[in-house]
Amino acid sequence: MRVAVCIKQVPNTTEVKIDPKTKTLVREGVESIINPYDMYAIEEAIRLKEKYGCQTYVITMGPSQAESALREAISMGIDSAVLVSDRAFAGSDTWATSLILAKTLEYLGGFDLVICGKQASDGDTAQVGPGIAAHLKLPSATYVSHLKEVELSENKKIIVNRLLEDGVETLEVKLPAIITVVKEINEPRTPSLKGKMRAKSAEIQVVTNKQLQLPDTDVGLSGSPTSVVEIFTPPHKVGGKIFHGEPEIVVDQLLNEIKDLL
Amino acid sequence: MSQTNMNETNMSGIRVIKDKCTGCEICTGVCPAAAISMIDNTAQIDPDRCTLCMSCVSACPSEAIEVVRQTIVKDDLSSYSGVWVFAECEENKLSSITFELLGKARKLAEDLNTHCAAVLLGYNVKNLTDSLIKRGADIVYLVDHPALLHYTSETYANTISDLVKRFKPEIFLAGATTLGRSLVSRIAVSVRTGLTADCTGLDIDKDKKILVQTRPAFGGNIMARIVCTSYRPQMSTVRHKVMPEAAIDENHQGKIVEVDFDEKFIDPRVKFLDFIKEQISTVNLSEANIIVSGGRGLKSAENFRIIEELAEALGAAVGSSRACVDAGWIPYSHQVGQTGRTVNPKIYIACGISGQIQHLVGMQSSKTIIAINSDPDAPIFKVADYGIVGDLFTVIPLLTKKIKQLRNK
Ligand SMILES: Cc1cc2nc3c(=O)[nH]c(=O)nc-3n(C[C@H](O)[C@H](O)[C@H](O)COP(=O)(O)OP(=O)(O)OC[C@H]3O[C@@H](n4cnc5c(N)ncnc54)[C@H](O)[C@@H]3O)c2cc1C
Ligand SMILES: Nc1ncnc2c1ncn2[C@@H]1O[C@H](COP(=O)(O)O)[C@@H](O)[C@H]1O
Repeated sequence: MRVAVCIKQVPNTTEVKIDPKTKTLVREGVESIINPYDMYAIEEAIRLKEKYGCQTYVITMGPSQAESALREAISMGIDSAVLVSDRAFAGSDTWATSLILAKTLEYLGGFDLVICGKQASDGDTAQVGPGIAAHLKLPSATYVSHLKEVELSENKKIIVNRLLEDGVETLEVKLPAIITVVKEINEPRTPSLKGKMRAKSAEIQVVTNKQLQLPDTDVGLSGSPTSVVEIFTPPHKVGGKIFHGEPEIVVDQLLNEIKDLL
Repeated sequence: MSQTNMNETNMSGIRVIKDKCTGCEICTGVCPAAAISMIDNTAQIDPDRCTLCMSCVSACPSEAIEVVRQTIVKDDLSSYSGVWVFAECEENKLSSITFELLGKARKLAEDLNTHCAAVLLGYNVKNLTDSLIKRGADIVYLVDHPALLHYTSETYANTISDLVKRFKPEIFLAGATTLGRSLVSRIAVSVRTGLTADCTGLDIDKDKKILVQTRPAFGGNIMARIVCTSYRPQMSTVRHKVMPEAAIDENHQGKIVEVDFDEKFIDPRVKFLDFIKEQISTVNLSEANIIVSGGRGLKSAENFRIIEELAEALGAAVGSSRACVDAGWIPYSHQVGQTGRTVNPKIYIACGISGQIQHLVGMQSSKTIIAINSDPDAPIFKVADYGIVGDLFTVIPLLTKKIKQLRNK
């Protein structure tokens, strides 16, 4: 069985700060990390490898510095890494990104199971996973909190739990398929020393549009149906009323302000 | 080195207009890819690092960075009309998000001088059409079939994609729920159009007659306005509780278009096995009007009693920071934040919660935020409309007592 994990490198949001003067997001010096949800995807792939002896791949589309995310995945125990990178891909929205990833998965020979994170912490769209599935016309299961059963005989299938707003759904999905995973699915491991050594020297396969041959009209800015016209910092709440002092007094002050809302 | 990152073949890309650049370096600070450096006091963008995320374009005070985009219009856009809403329902009951979407859809339809429609899929759900019409739908597209009893993304997406191709709506809205997000991302790919996730604002640009979608990104640290100019329908998922529900109009008339279900849309590769509803003793967090949340400041599981008592007095739901969930003081279903639930109540009361960004992203769109914390510098006060700096163990019981007195009057 062949398993691929799609990961994205994102700025660590805990470190993101707003410049008080320019009111813009300061990202200088902000560390890049693997999207937190993708760590669970990586861990799940490694568990499948340990249990069933699958071949595992990690794939990211991004600029060359995203290579460090791939090495981190290898240090955890993923077998092979692929960087999908081309100037023509810059500015891709979720439609184009999921197409590029779908074509890459095909180019690499196809997979029985593709695992994505539930969503990326920068864009928060949760669209790329199901988008890949739609491009490849594969079935998908989103918000997976438990891989209950994996059946690898001739009738390959998985049974998964999905974590929904108000309960847990169980689905049976034929392979090949795509799943997106939530935090509840596992506890990601920390890389071993041996893993870190391996990651340092591991070879990273680079895929560009020379291999994928996607038309300009389907990738990058011109292939993306959506476009960002403006980015702004939300108006910060100013003049919040903060009360200090004797509990009896401040509680009355607060109630006086909010009593009409209650 | 060239000053531009133009993709030679299709002439799209980003460019620094040398004459306008003042060398202020704001762009270098906002670039998440560290792709901008200053050379001779002028910004220079490294095309191999730039991801065209647009941060610098918006941040530049002198409009010195521009993005050139080639647009391709393959389709006759004027053949699309109507604002559609996906009617989400569960156990033969429409979800409140559906009414919120209809309220917005009505407004957008008026601005565009077009009709508003709802798409309803399910089995034995015809009885719900009446309520959709009273909430403002001029047309209800109904597909009723046993194969649609349980939602599966594939079968639903195939069915709706077909409706979209046949009836050509201009705008298509769905809730940014687990169901909505999974469903429409498949539809957008198969009809080849743009989809904007988790919108908190939707307006019509009256000159261009296009939908302007506003959404938070980076966990709410920044907002983006997004358009889809060359493809139809313009699709969005919309966040819960940000749009007011459509009012009920008993006199509103609409028609029902029953569409036969085509069995070729069934995806046999996916089988629904079962659904176990969570037993929630208190009010559902995402539906609650008031939420009282406790953080590590509570110091122990037993002390959650204080939070529960305040919640009871207010008829509110109980929320929590991750710190308390990790400590095992309260089940995960109560966690608010990046890895928990996103909530938008009318009032959110944060007690003993410091307000780390991962918590804020789950609650900062609440209408009124009240913080109670002993540390005057806690970041939660930066998003709070009202706050009390003080010891929660004295403040909250007092607050509870006084609210009970108010209510009893
Ligand atoms: C990937 C990732 C995802 C995360 N997701 C989430 C998430 O979804 N939700 C979430 O909440 N967190 C999340 N976190 C954790 C987050 O970073 C914080 O650690 C967490 O929110 C802190 O919880 P807290 O405010 O309760 O605790 P603390 O930060 O310890 O704050 C306790 C507060 O209580 C105050 N206090 C103490 N005693 C009293 C008293 N007697 N009276 C009044 N005030 C008092 C203190 O001044 C302090 O401000 C995530 C972290 C990561 C890395
Ligand atoms: N550029 C990318 N490269 C690889 N995987 C990605 C990329 N963008 C998104 N993904 C995957 O899609 C998931 C959802 O991302 P998003 O739709 O952007 O919220 C992520 O958790 C990743 O698994």
